[in-house]
Amino acid sequence: MSASAPLPDSASSIPYAVEMRGIVKRFPGVLANDHVDFDLRPGEVHALLGENGAGKSTLMNILSGLYRPDAGLIRVNGRPVHFNSPRDAIAAGLGMVHQHFMLVPTQTVTENIILGLSEPRFFLPLDQLDQRVLALQEQYGLRVDPKARIWQLSVGEQQRVEILKMLYRGANVLIMDEPTAVLTPQEVEELFHTLRAMVARGHSVIFISHKLDEVLKISNRITVLRQGRVAASGIPAHEATKAQLAQLMVGREVVFTVRKKPVQPGEVVLSVEDVCAENDRGLPALRHFSIQVRAGEIVGIAGVAGNGQSELAQVITGLRRCSCGRVVIAGEDIANRPPRAAIERHVAHIPEDRHGVGSSPGLSLAENLIMKSHRRPPISNGWVLNLPMIRRQAAQLKDEYNIIAPSVEVQARLLSGGNLQKAILAREISAGPRLIIAVQPTRGLDVGAIETVQNLLLKEREHGAAILLISEELEELLTLSDRIVGMYEGRHMGELNAEEATLAAIGLMMAGTPQGKPATR
Amino acid sequence: MIDWIAILQAGIASGTVLLFAAIGEIMAERSGVMNLGVEGMMLIGAMTAYRTAVTIDQPWVGLLFAMLAAGILSLLHAVVSIHFQADQVVSGLAINFVGIGLSMVLGEGLSKAGAVSLLPTITVPLLSQIPVLGPILFTNHNPMTYLGYALTPAAWFYIHRTRPGLHLRAVGEHPAAADAMGINVYRLRYGYVFAGGVLAGLAGGTISLAVSPGWFSELTTSGQGWIAIGLVIFAQWNPWRAAAGAYMFGALRRLILDLQGPQTLLGFANPFFYTPRLGFFLQMLPYALVILILFIGSREAMKKRVGAPAALGVPYIRGERGT
Ligand SMILES: Nc1ncnc2c1ncn2[C@@H]1O[C@H](COP(=O)(O)OP(=O)(O)OP(=O)(O)O)[C@@H](O)[C@H]1O
Ligand SMILES: [Mg+2]
Repeated sequence: MSASAPLPDSASSIPYAVEMRGIVKRFPGVLANDHVDFDLRPGEVHALLGENGAGKSTLMNILSGLYRPDAGLIRVNGRPVHFNSPRDAIAAGLGMVHQHFMLVPTQTVTENIILGLSEPRFFLPLDQLDQRVLALQEQYGLRVDPKARIWQLSVGEQQRVEILKMLYRGANVLIMDEPTAVLTPQEVEELFHTLRAMVARGHSVIFISHKLDEVLKISNRITVLRQGRVAASGIPAHEATKAQLAQLMVGREVVFTVRKKPVQPGEVVLSVEDVCAENDRGLPALRHFSIQVRAGEIVGIAGVAGNGQSELAQVITGLRRCSCGRVVIAGEDIANRPPRAAIERHVAHIPEDRHGVGSSPGLSLAENLIMKSHRRPPISNGWVLNLPMIRRQAAQLKDEYNIIAPSVEVQARLLSGGNLQKAILAREISAGPRLIIAVQPTRGLDVGAIETVQNLLLKEREHGAAILLISEELEELLTLSDRIVGMYEGRHMGELNAEEATLAAIGLMMAGTPQGKPATR
Repeated sequence: MIDWIAILQAGIASGTVLLFAAIGEIMAERSGVMNLGVEGMMLIGAMTAYRTAVTIDQPWVGLLFAMLAAGILSLLHAVVSIHFQADQVVSGLAINFVGIGLSMVLGEGLSKAGAVSLLPTITVPLLSQIPVLGPILFTNHNPMTYLGYALTPAAWFYIHRTRPGLHLRAVGEHPAAADAMGINVYRLRYGYVFAGGVLAGLAGGTISLAVSPGWFSELTTSGQGWIAIGLVIFAQWNPWRAAAGAYMFGALRRLILDLQGPQTLLGFANPFFYTPRLGFFLQMLPYALVILILFIGSREAMKKRVGAPAALGVPYIRGERGT
């Protein structure tokens, strides 16, 4: 249940650690924060919830000095503050761990931790600094090699560096923007452990997450934002329920169970046969991997990040070369053919990297929506684009898939994470795919959007699409998949039917112990 | 006969010019700003140094003015590419032409200026007695050469072992992270572009007042600014490697000149002596090599492998989404 750090008895005797009053922030076409009030008591974990695009990151970017509010007041420990830059916020004891980590990949852990400090003045006594970092790690139980370079670390370790960076600066308040979105369940446990250790030492934490179970578990109070406004302010976590929170967030009821209709699988659409491929560093990522997906079924791939799942999706969609094996789509081998070969065979790709692969951030929403249909009428005659048609079709998709954006002309990079994902889905699914490769399709999405995405995938399954679902969310794999294949170090770890799959069995496959049926070709 | 010691000695001297320019460019690029105007800045430096020496007969003041003049020119690039976030390649090329044009105009008549005081040459006692190395490294060199010896380790140490160096690297690799940690990205970039300009100016002044004294219009620098830019990539932004490359190129240039001198080469009739056209071909080779380096170094995959600063060439805008 809820973490039971004692709450400070009354806000009147002890000043708030942070108090935000009437915060307003406007972006072109969007009111991201509309008179938001938020407060944080010393020694509490305060969760901030809200749909994608509700304005959570914006509010916290204001608190960490990255953005300046158009109106409103901030007090820290009772004193009014004005932040002109992140430096001011850090000096006031506020440390933010961003949604996208702010670490220099080529530098060491220690170098990242001391970055921007005025001590040491000139020479860097690296060994001595490493020792200091180790001592700090000791205090909070956050372990990571101080001499390691950031690019060598796992995501969980990188997050620890971010936290250490803030603690090293004496941050009293830690702001964490979706810290668990990229962590394995094990790493989430470790993070919670750290957060509790911090609270026990008198720090306070602002915790943003879309995962309601986690929020209920770690936080003392919860504030919900909806469309830039406060929908519920500081409700005690032990009085809240998941259903109530979800309703507050999206303004409608959310059913947490999706209904999967029985579908008789048809012919084999995708057959990956004995494929080998290397990752970006030139190391083997796929080792003689085989898998088949039939029409009307969802095959889930379970694996800890970095065990070859991304590479598998890339090989199938033509974005990565394979050194052996075949990728047969509808009876034709398209291994090592350009991505267009897959597109022409109606393969939809919902990639992991939404900004780099899934969309072109500098182009408009409308242009992103037609990116796969621009060669054909009615979008173009193969040469000249039909702009009114593009706008009309984009507007239609925007409504149909409930993409929240000021207009279809807005640049894709300005969309919130959830809405960008909906746009990608709209493009890929509206084309009527025969095969869908979905990689982490619901990562970082709010409960309402997750429901939408999952239902869309199930609907395509009923329409007879073959779906390969790569996800680190085991719950999601269990609810959506007809079969689950384990993947470990690029190898097939066996296959389980939806009925026989248990969390324990999947966990074993992910750790490298084969379960269930071996791979067939 | 080819006098190898003399070639290497001259190579060190002319390599020093490349070294200054390359280390300056390394500083600017490490902060994330590419400045393709090195050639123009060097030329401004060479012209200013020589003009000052001619006018007031003070070579040291000449060097100082050379550094200032090229530094000011580089600030123009900084304003355009950092403040106005213009394309760094275009702005750098523009700076290059501004530099060349200005030095042509202001250097008018300089080539017929007559005798001027140049930088002195120094032979280091004791060290010059070391066999082979003594004559190459420590005999009859101008003071800038000795400064070059010190600059390389100093630059490396500064980049890798000091706090400002750490900030410099962070700003070039991940400006948003640096900004979030309270580092003033814009100010640092301005500073390092200026530093790059100052060093390019020093390189130019070193040419016109020491290495090949005089003013010969654009032939004064004869494309060495471009070689320096190629060297930066070849050196993978590392001052030690830059030094190795600079001295090597310096020696190569000198060797090419010397190859055209003697009538016989290894006992045969020297083709470069008898067919001057072949000499031009030889002279072209260093530049061809630079093109090759640039070609290899500009490939995206290669860039990652050789460790180009990740944010090189990308203007920084705070709060920009979706990078
Ligand atoms: N720099 C910006 N320029 C323009 N619009 C922006 C910018 N940052 C955010 N927005 C817009 O402001 C709104 C709020 O965005 P914000 O990132 O705060 O949402 P969020 O609650 O963090 O969502 P998510 O859960 O997807 O991270 C969105 O509509 C977004 O498109
Ligand atoms: Mg956010």
